[in-house]
Amino acid sequence: MTHKDKTTKEMKWDISGIKNWGPGDHELGSIIPEAGNARYYHTGGWRTEFPIRDEETCTQCLFCYFFCPDSSVLAENQKVTDFDYDHCKGCGICAKECPADAITMHPESELAERVKK
Amino acid sequence: MAQTEVKTLAITGNGAVSLAMKQVDPDVVAAYPITPQTDVVQNFSQYVANGDVKAEFVTVESEHSAMSACIGSAGAGARTMTATSSAGYALMVEVCFVAASMRLPIIMTTVNRALSGPINIHCDHSDSMLGRDSGWLQIYNEDGQEAYDATVMSFPIAEHKDVRLPLMNMYDGFIISGAIGPLKPLSAEQVQQFIGQAPDYPKLLDAKNPVTMGPFDGLHGWYFEQKIAQNIAMENALDVIQDTYDRFYELTGRRYEHLMKYRMDDAEIVVVVANSAAGTARAVVDKLRNEGIKAGLIKLRTFRPFPVKLYAEALADVKVVGVMDRADSFGAPGGPLYMEVLTSLYQEGQCAKAVNFIYGLGGRDVFPQNIEDVYRRLDAIAKGEDAPRERIYVNAKGM
Repeated sequence: MTHKDKTTKEMKWDISGIKNWGPGDHELGSIIPEAGNARYYHTGGWRTEFPIRDEETCTQCLFCYFFCPDSSVLAENQKVTDFDYDHCKGCGICAKECPADAITMHPESELAERVKK
Repeated sequence: MAQTEVKTLAITGNGAVSLAMKQVDPDVVAAYPITPQTDVVQNFSQYVANGDVKAEFVTVESEHSAMSACIGSAGAGARTMTATSSAGYALMVEVCFVAASMRLPIIMTTVNRALSGPINIHCDHSDSMLGRDSGWLQIYNEDGQEAYDATVMSFPIAEHKDVRLPLMNMYDGFIISGAIGPLKPLSAEQVQQFIGQAPDYPKLLDAKNPVTMGPFDGLHGWYFEQKIAQNIAMENALDVIQDTYDRFYELTGRRYEHLMKYRMDDAEIVVVVANSAAGTARAVVDKLRNEGIKAGLIKLRTFRPFPVKLYAEALADVKVVGVMDRADSFGAPGGPLYMEVLTSLYQEGQCAKAVNFIYGLGGRDVFPQNIEDVYRRLDAIAKGEDAPRERIYVNAKGM
């Protein structure tokens, strides 16, 4: 199951059929009636390079987690677990800031073979 | 009528509107001073300082910020008012479009003043006409009483569920804003009863039901459909405005309509004009009627939405109509009001002769004789003289 499948199921605002919504179907004044649903919109599509973290080199300092401008470093129990490739734009800040050089950037064309989604 | 005896005040136009604001006591007023609007908010700030009102008064560094603060305030569900004129309104306009598209019922007084340049502080309507496509309801008022009444009536109109649009009230700078005239005010209790509670709608600061306002529409989004929805709301406003006028009549005995007809029953030559010049025109109509000339007058009140059918109906049996614009639209077929009246006639399949008169730019006086000249010209056209297609300038020098 991809990240996309998970998030789409969680969204509460029913926008099925939105492609055919007319003027009367939208919320008044373009309001989005559900807070925080920007996560359902995948913005990783313009990435040209993606990050990979080496588990053995990583010291779990969490610099990447705090520096990421798109909240795309995922962590659980104060430990980095993965990247959110649906929203990572490949800026490379995580790799640049990593004091242990545990994060490296790779051409997007290699994503499918390097990362199990 | 609910009232038996009403005290009449002698008060300036701006004083009348700030009194209405005091009685409305909105939650928030965010404003920046500009001539000739200044004492509207200056008076209001005094009410705040004196503790006469509970409103939050936000002093800002520009009109752009004033309207932006109003958007934030109205978005949070607060009843919000502001006031401006001329260049201040021009600076607001970018954000005025945002207020309308976010469907926030902000109420603004725009005291009409010319736009630069040459720099000019006097009355014409080029400021509010600049924003005629911004999506705001626009009501034009002849005097301080009308401006006071319109301020009170604004809330049930703008906040109505089928409308939900910002509304601006206009009246003439200096001529009305600074001149003392009679005012029959309501009591604060009557005002509160008339406007009622602000209706509940999705609010930015409702922690239990958080929403996103003003989002990016995306690259292939629904901007187009939202614009259509704004126009539907404008069309809905026609009935809502008249219903509100009718309810106000029950309370005060003062009758308002989208367009105010004067001696129109058998009129053959008619002038359409907005704001204070209408008072002068009525006196001219009376004089001409005494001579047996079938003159009539239509005073514009509602400009947005434009009541197309009502204009076509009112002008159905008229021989010649003269539309007087206190603003020009350079390079256009005529002034803004002229074009709307002409379009209304065309859309209803009528072909009355129509002539455009541009008057009063930058505060140029319009005397009874000037308006009489307008009617004499219309009379000559009714009797066979050619109707000019180009603008006729009223009381312009060297013409």
